[in-house]
Amino acid sequence: MANYSTNDFRSGLKVILDGEPCSILENEFVKPGKGQAFNRVRLRNLKTGRVWERTFRSGETLEGADVVDRTMEYLYTDGEFWYFMEPDTFEQHQADEKAVADALNWLKEQDPCEVTLYNGVPLSVAPPNFVELEVVETDPGLKGDTAQGGTKPAKLSTGAVVKVPLFINQGEIIRVDTRSGEYQNRVSK
Amino acid sequence: MLRARAALLARIRAFFASRDILEVETPLLCGAGITDPSIEPLVVERGSSLKRPRYLQTSPEYAMKRLLACHGLPIFQLARAFRDGEAGARHNPEFTLLEWYRPGFDHHALMAEVAELVRCCIGERPLHSYTYRQLFLDILGMDPFTATVDELQAVARTHVDTGTISGDRDLWLDLLMSHLIEPQLAERGMCFVYDYPASQAALARIENIDGVAVGHRFELYVDGMELANGYFELLDAAEQRERFEQDNLRRRELGLPERPLDGRLLAALEHGLPECSGVALGVDRLLMLSTGVADIREVLAFDWARA
Repeated sequence: MANYSTNDFRSGLKVILDGEPCSILENEFVKPGKGQAFNRVRLRNLKTGRVWERTFRSGETLEGADVVDRTMEYLYTDGEFWYFMEPDTFEQHQADEKAVADALNWLKEQDPCEVTLYNGVPLSVAPPNFVELEVVETDPGLKGDTAQGGTKPAKLSTGAVVKVPLFINQGEIIRVDTRSGEYQNRVSK
Repeated sequence: MLRARAALLARIRAFFASRDILEVETPLLCGAGITDPSIEPLVVERGSSLKRPRYLQTSPEYAMKRLLACHGLPIFQLARAFRDGEAGARHNPEFTLLEWYRPGFDHHALMAEVAELVRCCIGERPLHSYTYRQLFLDILGMDPFTATVDELQAVARTHVDTGTISGDRDLWLDLLMSHLIEPQLAERGMCFVYDYPASQAALARIENIDGVAVGHRFELYVDGMELANGYFELLDAAEQRERFEQDNLRRRELGLPERPLDGRLLAALEHGLPECSGVALGVDRLLMLSTGVADIREVLAFDWARA
């Protein structure tokens, strides 16, 4: 991969820092009129998700990281790995539990997911912003209850538990925002 | 914004006209570049008028000092200056500098005048003045003149992830100043910082105060942003030559190209410069302060990427 100097650091650039793939979030050029120039750089470690700030001397270089984001279809899991397929080439990739992380709660077969590959291996997985999942377990719905009123927990087919309105019944499909984990609406079958 | 800039320039000119300070213009393309290891000029290399490459000025300082040596009059200039590689929210490689010289003023008298000009352009602000040393003692609890490089580095590393950075005393002082001290000045209005370590004196005279060599240089920060840099000017030609040569030595160590010394400036100093102080102030930043915007690109008609 190419080397990038602090002048090239842009939001979204992927680099290797201390051996770890990182994404640059912000790059601030700091220089007193008569002094030495620095770059204060905010980065996200793509393996751990940690965001922090590091100062570089202006002109320092970092090696670029071979990191790409691809939309892939989620296929299935064998319990150890989660399998994704590139829709154009049908190439399959296996992601481990660390890469799948919290996306685990929202993975439904055939849904399109954003898979981040580092040196060709899945590094992280982002589910679609909205998923439709079946309620597999919840207290019985109350007759005549409308949209207002309280909520109750409902377990979904992926194992995730979300708060739903009281009128939702077992076996129904609901739409969930995966970024907040919040119930959106009931999906008519 | 165009109107705000035009009004600011008119106000600046009126300020100097009312004080009988003469507006001057000097060449942008100069035969000699600056030796300062941390300032890189842009070089113009081609053209039938060029016998050798010329440098786009990084400030009009050398030329204005030559005028001072000739006429001894108080002068000011609104000039474009260029610094290679300086781009960000507060930097554009091409920018507008206001530079002025006051024969008979020391740096304290000039600081007072700078404060008046800034007030006249952006309104009232509380005014504070600190020596460089006092500021480090107050904010970091360490003396920048006596602390060892290891001590400076240790304080920096406790507060800032500096990765693999290594360097000399001035590097760590600059890092502490820009990362830990400047942000503390954000709420303090106008802050003058003066009496810098001799190693950061640049073109200011150096004097021994309380057993340490201090450079009679000052910086103005407004709302935490560096706005101006001034000197009680060095007049000694031999010492100036020596400092230029030191700069070039340092440039060699850093693997940077050496710069030819400005023989005309040195000749002017030999001829004799009146006792004077001079200051350079960033006009684009002044406009940022007067209009309340945080990014220099917003005050430029066309920033570097769109020039």
